[in-house]
Amino acid sequence: MLAKRIIPCLDVTHGRVVKGINFVELKDAGDPVEIARRYNEAGADELTFLDITASSDDRDLILHIIEDVAAEVFIPLTVGGGVREVGDVQRLLNAGADKVSINTSAVMNPQLVKDASDRYGSQCIVVAIDSKRVGDHWEVFTHGGRKATGLDAIEWAKKMESLGAGELLLTSMDRDGTKSGFDLELTRAISDAVDIPIIASGGVGNLQHLVDGVKEGRADAVLAASIFHFGEYGVDEAKRYMKQHGIEVRL
Amino acid sequence: MGNLRSVSKAIEHVAPAASVVATSDPAVIAAAGRVVFPGQGAAPDCMREIEARGLRQAIVDAARSKPFLGICMGMQVLFEHSEEGDTACLGILPGTVQRFPHEAMHDDQGNKLKVPHMGWNNVHQAAPHPLWVGIEEGARFYFVHSYFVQPTSPDVIAGFSHYPFPFTCAVASGNIFAVQFHPEKSQNDGLTLLGNFLTWNPGE
Repeated sequence: MLAKRIIPCLDVTHGRVVKGINFVELKDAGDPVEIARRYNEAGADELTFLDITASSDDRDLILHIIEDVAAEVFIPLTVGGGVREVGDVQRLLNAGADKVSINTSAVMNPQLVKDASDRYGSQCIVVAIDSKRVGDHWEVFTHGGRKATGLDAIEWAKKMESLGAGELLLTSMDRDGTKSGFDLELTRAISDAVDIPIIASGGVGNLQHLVDGVKEGRADAVLAASIFHFGEYGVDEAKRYMKQHGIEVRL
Repeated sequence: MGNLRSVSKAIEHVAPAASVVATSDPAVIAAAGRVVFPGQGAAPDCMREIEARGLRQAIVDAARSKPFLGICMGMQVLFEHSEEGDTACLGILPGTVQRFPHEAMHDDQGNKLKVPHMGWNNVHQAAPHPLWVGIEEGARFYFVHSYFVQPTSPDVIAGFSHYPFPFTCAVASGNIFAVQFHPEKSQNDGLTLLGNFLTWNPGE
């Protein structure tokens, strides 16, 4: 039976992983390869790297990181942040990424999603949707949640599926950073609206939230950053908890 | 070519002394001791590239004559025809490639199952094979695909998985072994399978 996935997310800038990483006995907290290796050993099903580099000067550093990680860690790697054109997708895939996540550029230029998925296959194109509740619906935001687009999140999800996205990474801006759990209503609404897998993101504060994301939100995968980085919970611990609650996981 | 690098890196990892070359040169393929054929993208593009680069004969010859490992699309195009883009494939193995049928995609509780079939699923070994050595029956491998193979002859089925019905995820025929999942992305069990391939001597 297909397992629900747990995906730790690593923020990368200037070639280093940022955010307070708190692995026991980790010599260098910012070394992407060492962090990726630890997550791999703990049973992470995939890893997502988010390039939060603001300047394009540093942009190519993520390529070296992916190359180094891909040479040692043999689970799927997704990279997002700053993907603007098909050439960016190609460079990341060549460096060893298995999937590329497209966010703001998908809104600016939806054709990019179609061109990239036609060329490299839907399986490697993830569309990231940042969404916030506005009135009685959810709206899509870009530029790290700062810019409203006027797009309805559910309609947008369907459009991205039709253009060839193989997976959707759905982040609730309302919940992100709150530790109050996923926006289950939003997750479920999008998961029911499309046939492609949904990764739920934004708001995880404890292990029950992961269970709820799968059971109530109908997510196919759950992504979390801080609960793993700060050492509150291990990935292996999260999986055991999910299994105890009747969720199929890879142990 | 995206995931070619992942495959090369994984093979280099299990066999540091091996010379691993990513190539689209028929002469290099002909000279190789072993061939790994990952394939990429959608079936029509994959076949178009094979023809455009003049690789059909090299692939057919390699699949006949030396240890040959097909992965994902590299497994699918070994068959005769793919429903994806109504594509004529290499026809090295008898059978077809079909999409997960929309009406069947729900579990026994009625929950919708997504396509692509993406993530870690159990692989059941239909028959013993040197490439399964050291891998537990039912071990999980990483999948990402919307189409699956239907071999004409059940004799070639080496492994199957469930989503939600049983489908063939590994085939073995002579010196060919091919898998729908990604051993290069399946952590330890995937590396074990790749290591087995590198020491496999078909016919022994």
